[in-house]
Amino acid sequence: MKLRYIDEFRDPEVARRLLSEIKKISRRPVRLMEVCGTHTMNIGRYGLRGLLPHHVQLISGPGCPVCVTTTKEIDMMIKLAEEDVTVATFGDLMRVPGSHTNLNQQRARGADIRVVYSSFDALGLALKNLKPVVFLGVGFETTAPTVAATIIEAKKRRVRNFSVFSAHKLIPPAMEALVSSPDLNIDGFICPGHVSVIIGLRPYKVLAERYKVPCVITGFEPLDILQGILMLITQIEKGEAKAKIQYRRAVKPEGNLRAKEVMEEVFSPCDANWRGFGLIPQSGLCFKEDYKEFDVNSHFDIKVDEAKEPLGCRCGDVLKGKIIPPQCPLFAKVCRPANPIGPCMVSSEGSCAAYYKYRDWEIA
Amino acid sequence: MKVVKVNLAKNVAKVDIGGTQQWIRLDIVNEVPKIGDYVIVHAGFAIYRLDEKEAQETLSLFEEMLRHEAPLH
Amino acid sequence: MIKQIILDHGSGGKASHDLIKETFLPFFDNPLLAEMNDSAVFEVGGKRLAFTTDSYTVNPIIFPGGDIGSLAIHGTVNDLAMCGARPLYLSVGFIIEEGLSLEILEIIISSMKKAIAEAEVLIITGDTKVVPKGQVDKIFINTSGIGVIETNCNISGKNAKIGDLVIISGTIGDHGMAILCQREGINFETPIKSDTAPLNKLVEKILKKTNGIHAMRDPTRGGVATSLNEIAQQSKVGIEIWEEALPFSESVLGAAEILGIDPLYLANEGKFLAFIKRDEVDKVLNVMYSHPYGKEATIIGEVKPEPKGKVWLKSKIGGKRLLDMLIGEPLPRIC
Repeated sequence: MKLRYIDEFRDPEVARRLLSEIKKISRRPVRLMEVCGTHTMNIGRYGLRGLLPHHVQLISGPGCPVCVTTTKEIDMMIKLAEEDVTVATFGDLMRVPGSHTNLNQQRARGADIRVVYSSFDALGLALKNLKPVVFLGVGFETTAPTVAATIIEAKKRRVRNFSVFSAHKLIPPAMEALVSSPDLNIDGFICPGHVSVIIGLRPYKVLAERYKVPCVITGFEPLDILQGILMLITQIEKGEAKAKIQYRRAVKPEGNLRAKEVMEEVFSPCDANWRGFGLIPQSGLCFKEDYKEFDVNSHFDIKVDEAKEPLGCRCGDVLKGKIIPPQCPLFAKVCRPANPIGPCMVSSEGSCAAYYKYRDWEIA
Repeated sequence: MKVVKVNLAKNVAKVDIGGTQQWIRLDIVNEVPKIGDYVIVHAGFAIYRLDEKEAQETLSLFEEMLRHEAPLH
Repeated sequence: MIKQIILDHGSGGKASHDLIKETFLPFFDNPLLAEMNDSAVFEVGGKRLAFTTDSYTVNPIIFPGGDIGSLAIHGTVNDLAMCGARPLYLSVGFIIEEGLSLEILEIIISSMKKAIAEAEVLIITGDTKVVPKGQVDKIFINTSGIGVIETNCNISGKNAKIGDLVIISGTIGDHGMAILCQREGINFETPIKSDTAPLNKLVEKILKKTNGIHAMRDPTRGGVATSLNEIAQQSKVGIEIWEEALPFSESVLGAAEILGIDPLYLANEGKFLAFIKRDEVDKVLNVMYSHPYGKEATIIGEVKPEPKGKVWLKSKIGGKRLLDMLIGEPLPRIC
């Protein structure tokens, strides 16, 4: 039998068993947080919230890299597009609101902004034209190594007209900021699937030990998510706090060493600002000396005014799991996918977008 | 996605998902895949060669769960 | 309050609906227009006629499985078929960009010739305009069509009844995905072809066998999700769709996975949804299975009394979630 890796992990019979197991052993009310945009979306897509017992609460955290990018960073990216450059970006950034406008509107006004599916395609643009190409590097530890690999290739080929705006961020420091926050009451983490393919188990082991919070690295199919939740609840009921892997077919305890090497060759951790959190130490990625020539800041001095946050937007609190999207006064009334106020509603991995798209209160 | 071609000289592989095919980079994959292997792809790069043994074990675990539980009525 | 026309207004989704309701209807309001079906049905001299119009601005103009010409014929023929009419006559208006090669124009009109022959309709009037370079993208086509309703069927978006079963005539999202994959920046190869086809002959066969069709729609711009919502709203019913019953070709699923796009929002140009009286479904399916444009027909859901105006998906593992109509994120110039 050749596995297809999808259908088998959606078996309804197994899902029923996992759910009944969860209902059987779960006594206490628990708040489980996932910090991965794909988990946010899939929990909505498969209607998992409605299937779990009411006292098992699933909270979305800062799993959307576009959402945690600050308004100031967005403004800087928009400002860059005013230079004589080609800005290459992942599609998700196009409609994220800056203080005054967004990349999509700027493109309509004539700015040279192109959507790419890979940083390597952005390098391809630089190889084909003389015009400088700036790639907007947004993403966590799954994306950062891919961008690093592209930069290494750019260096190898002696490309002079390619640079990267690094807005990359790291998940474990954000998880630490969350769990050490007294008012958030997180009982367990559903750890991101693909970020963990890269970073492995160790960062979560440290978190689990230091803060006594169980962490389970979970895959994306419905059975993965249900099993991950079962593993967390099992630990919580037993009073344990360990880091474990549910997504064993893709995550090894040591992670992907090659990807980590590549990422660490180009980038080193530095302090970074996150929407909703402010400064989180050692949570961003900055260029190492050998690759500084590919840092956009070595080529352009991007100055922007003080960022203006959208009035009434509570994206920051949504990202911290302090409130769920329906608790934001703008949600669904003023802020909708057709007219988004903040990035959480715009991004394909945004919590508000997921809650809106898969809203079930209209069909309860 | 399933690997259908490998070009080590260019450090790329061709993957197929339901008949749609694309070339992806192999710069950061943990183990260079062979034709027929499945890889996880992200932003144009293979980030992991899936471990079939582990996948089978997870599925067997699910099957165990089904067999030992009393039938639902 | 709409202040300026943006691309979303042409996408076929919620914004398009809002534009029509808020801006056009107040000026043109009349009961026939207010029905907002694919075609308008009216009576002249005791005969029920149907009339429809559509403009085609698809980019690229030639794509795997068809071109703007075949699309223009099929689209209008299908709109007439969807209200139970037999399409008779079409008009065609060309707006051509200065500089278009005759070779390309001939490809388009020869494909229109083929489409007309298959649908058994005639183009009886037309118009051609040529505009300076840059004022139109290669070629835009408008077709209008008139047909006659010969049975006493009453097929309309507002006639779906509680208990009806919902059928789709074949795989979903093929046309939209075929167009999307031709766009710039997409660097993968795919065997996906547009499904553009004339459905009138198949519909004629079905209507000869049964009176149990309450509503039909061909899910073009906005996709299956949008069409289902339109009917749910027009008929004031709820529609439950069973996720595992939805037919997709493997290649569309694969491309959807790569692009992160839901094929339920992609256009279909050779497929239709039918809302059928429960005990007539087998009759309909038998007719469809024996026709090339219906051989993959599948029951995908049913009409429920509540919640009115909503459509939802029941996932394979039992969870329910809302299936909204297309909002924002337009895929420009799909048809």
